[in-house]
Amino acid sequence: MKRWYLVFVVALLLAAGAAAAPASGPTSDDCLACHSDKSLTTKRGGRTVSLFVDQKKFAGSIHGSLQCTSCHADVEGKELPHSTPLAKVNCGSCHSDEAQQHAKSLHGKAVARGDALAPRCVNCHGNHDILPVKDPRSSVAAMKVPFVCGQCHREGTPVQTSRNIPEHDILENYSESIHGEGLLKKGLVVAANCASCHTAHSILPHTDPNSSINRRNIAATCTKCHANIEQVHRKTIRGELWEKQANSLPACVDCHQPHKVRNVFYSQGMADADCMRCHANASLKSADGRSMLVSVSDVASSRHVKVACSQCHSEVNASHVRPCETITHKVDCTACHAEVGQQYQRSTHGQMHAKGDPNAPFCKDCHGSHHVLGKHNPESLTFATNVPDLCAKCHREGQKAALLYTGTEHQIIPRYTESIHGKGLLKSGLTVTATCTSCHTAHRELPASDPESTVNPKNVPATCGACHHGIEEQFVQSIHSASVTKTNQPLPVCNDCHSAHSIRRTDQDGFKLDIMNTCGRCHGEIAKTYFDTYHGKVSKLGYTKTAKCYDCHGAHDILKVADPNSHLSRANVVATCQKCHTDATRRFAGYLTHATHHDPKKFPFLFYTFWGMTALLVGTFTLSGLHTVLWLPRALQMRRELKAEEAREAEEAREDEAGGSSSQPPNTPGGKG
Amino acid sequence: MTTVPHAAQELEALAVPEPPKAGVVTRPKPDHREFVRFPHHYRILHACMICSFLTLALTGLSLKFSYTPWAARLAHILGGFETAGYIHRFAAVVMFGTFIAHVVGLVQNKRHTQSSWRTILLGPNTLVPNKRDAQEFVGTMKWFVGKGPRPEYGRWTYWEKFDYFAVFWGIVVIGSTGLTLWFPVFFTRFIPGSFINVATIIHSDEALLATGFIFTVHFFNTHLRPEKFPMDTTIFTGHMPLAELKRDKPREYAALVASGELEKHLEEPQPAIVVKGIRAFAWIALTIGLSVVVWIIYAMVFAYR
Repeated sequence: MKRWYLVFVVALLLAAGAAAAPASGPTSDDCLACHSDKSLTTKRGGRTVSLFVDQKKFAGSIHGSLQCTSCHADVEGKELPHSTPLAKVNCGSCHSDEAQQHAKSLHGKAVARGDALAPRCVNCHGNHDILPVKDPRSSVAAMKVPFVCGQCHREGTPVQTSRNIPEHDILENYSESIHGEGLLKKGLVVAANCASCHTAHSILPHTDPNSSINRRNIAATCTKCHANIEQVHRKTIRGELWEKQANSLPACVDCHQPHKVRNVFYSQGMADADCMRCHANASLKSADGRSMLVSVSDVASSRHVKVACSQCHSEVNASHVRPCETITHKVDCTACHAEVGQQYQRSTHGQMHAKGDPNAPFCKDCHGSHHVLGKHNPESLTFATNVPDLCAKCHREGQKAALLYTGTEHQIIPRYTESIHGKGLLKSGLTVTATCTSCHTAHRELPASDPESTVNPKNVPATCGACHHGIEEQFVQSIHSASVTKTNQPLPVCNDCHSAHSIRRTDQDGFKLDIMNTCGRCHGEIAKTYFDTYHGKVSKLGYTKTAKCYDCHGAHDILKVADPNSHLSRANVVATCQKCHTDATRRFAGYLTHATHHDPKKFPFLFYTFWGMTALLVGTFTLSGLHTVLWLPRALQMRRELKAEEAREAEEAREDEAGGSSSQPPNTPGGKG
Repeated sequence: MTTVPHAAQELEALAVPEPPKAGVVTRPKPDHREFVRFPHHYRILHACMICSFLTLALTGLSLKFSYTPWAARLAHILGGFETAGYIHRFAAVVMFGTFIAHVVGLVQNKRHTQSSWRTILLGPNTLVPNKRDAQEFVGTMKWFVGKGPRPEYGRWTYWEKFDYFAVFWGIVVIGSTGLTLWFPVFFTRFIPGSFINVATIIHSDEALLATGFIFTVHFFNTHLRPEKFPMDTTIFTGHMPLAELKRDKPREYAALVASGELEKHLEEPQPAIVVKGIRAFAWIALTIGLSVVVWIIYAMVFAYR
């Protein structure tokens, strides 16, 4: 703090002095009296140094309007020719910001250390011939920067050989890079040069958190030019994430290595080879005994074939011998798959995972790790035909998810397999058939009770409508749709009639025979009366061609009977009957399809017919029953007498045989009692 | 109650006496001939009636009691409901045919016997209930309670007449409603649609009455009466032992003896094999009928809805 203050004061004093006594010191002409002589030299450190100042160049320089003393302030008040060498010019007296930056920079600190190779202002900018940066002739003009820096950072220079510079062939690589090519071959002065990334004066090692090339800052540095690079790269990465959470993302340089940036896609970053040095070893084990082998062929045939190790394992630090020792977290796929990640976080799976539940599935539990394949690849775990098995790992009865589940859906997997969707997918191999994820979504599965769930009753029509769009269009205009009927009662949605996991073909007997009970769950009375009529009775006997609820009322387009568009409206009812009864007339349509003989108010005809018939039956059976019951004792008596008589006859017949003389049969008295 | 005279002895008196051959003492051959109560075609019609009636009952009740598990099973055995429906209508046609054949037979019989309508409707052998039936009914009631002798019944007792006209009534009521249900589109040209519902109730309840009555009361009155137990096969063989005629239809017997026509109505018994076959058939029909009764009771009492 104190130092800054001093510098500031000195600068102020100097400025005040210069302003107060403009003519007090030697003028530039005075200086040039000697320094315009080309042969003016001096010995410095054993070397002969020219002291010639090219007046013409100086006049053309950006400092041309200044006096020599403006920079060489210490010549003030000295006898000319001054005998002692002047102190080094302090550019910071005017360029204080730059001077401060330089002082803190790698270069400035080397100067402070007294490193002879350390560059000062003049090493880059020159001295009397300094031109504006924008002047193409300037030594620090965009086109020339690589050469200025290259003076020292070129292969074979003392700096490159004797100082700790981790990068190699910097200038060569740069000149072949897309930036170098743009700048040097195509003369594109906006192309990045050394200073664009390293800055001009605040050059710091990449390990310094303030460095423009530190991991944390590199994205900001690159996006100075590549402002919308995130859109070019991955639409999912928000610019702010790229900049704010650079540590969780691969940095630009992980793929686009510094100085070597090529106009090609970097399939395998340098890091991959480094990783594989250890991870190709089959015997490599983690502390807890897991194999840490990474199969190159797995990765090579995966969807991530063009993704470098460090893009996922983003915490690696290339400057470590074991770059992975800095890893503290598992791979976070949301770095790239941000939108999917948000969906996952909202899902039951994600919420369980956030609570640290070990049962919660994470990305790789479904997608695998190094051998990630796209969902369109039949080999993939997430390919349509594999999805039921994938979900079954946890949701099969007895597995962990099924054990946690407290709802009403059970035997999900076998039921799905036997359902029309399951058969379509697994037996017919129809990959467009609904799988688990078609209804529950892949990443945002939520319980049906959650209003945001795709299987919440509110959303089910839209979910099913994703495939069955035509049905959804009919349904939303029907009486069952919440958009038509405003009620607090629960309205049925697709799964209330078709079930969730055991959906059957509607053109097969099982569904046809059950539909009446299905409708009857809500329309109990009306279903009961249906079963009292012919249609209902024959349906009970397994006759599927009879009129079922939907044959008359419609299936998805059910409307109030009073609605003119209803299948049962006055205008349409005859046509509806004619679907089966070809010649049906209006009077025929008067048949009561939901009649009951138990309601004297609604159906007096039927009520009294029924009770009339019942009276007839009861009367007949009572009288004839009584007749029979009274007869029974007499009949039994007659039977006994007949038996006795038969026995006597048999006896007489035997006696007859024994006597044998009489030709007269025994005379028995006749008559009735 | 005194015993019935020995049939053989009676017949001996009736039979034209064979001139005894000189010097040979012959013992007359015992006569086993039986009284023919039902001519040939009546037996066939009754058999047709049994077959069609049982078929109609089984197929029809499976629909009426469709809520019982047996109904679905029966419909399944019959080849599904649709086939059961065809069978039901086929049996209905057979029954209509039987009915028509009977009526035609009546007219032919009248022509054949050259009897007047008056004799047929009001004669001693008429099936039309008359004053005598009322008297016999009262007499029977008295006999039941032990206040009088068993009435001297004629050819047709009052309960047989009731059975006979019950069939007429049933054919008309069940047949007409059945046709309405068979051709609803046609009939609703003349009657309102809701009459189909009414016809359903009448058809099914009247059928319940018919099956219930036939399988209990009729079975008891004519086939399973204790004194005839286990089975009265007269309607099947057409034959009735003469003793039985004398015992159960004394008035008819007396009339036949008086007119001297009895001999015309006597025939040798059916061969044993025919009787056996007839018994088997009768028992099958009876078993089906009684099973239906059990089913009806179950459906009405334990599963009614």
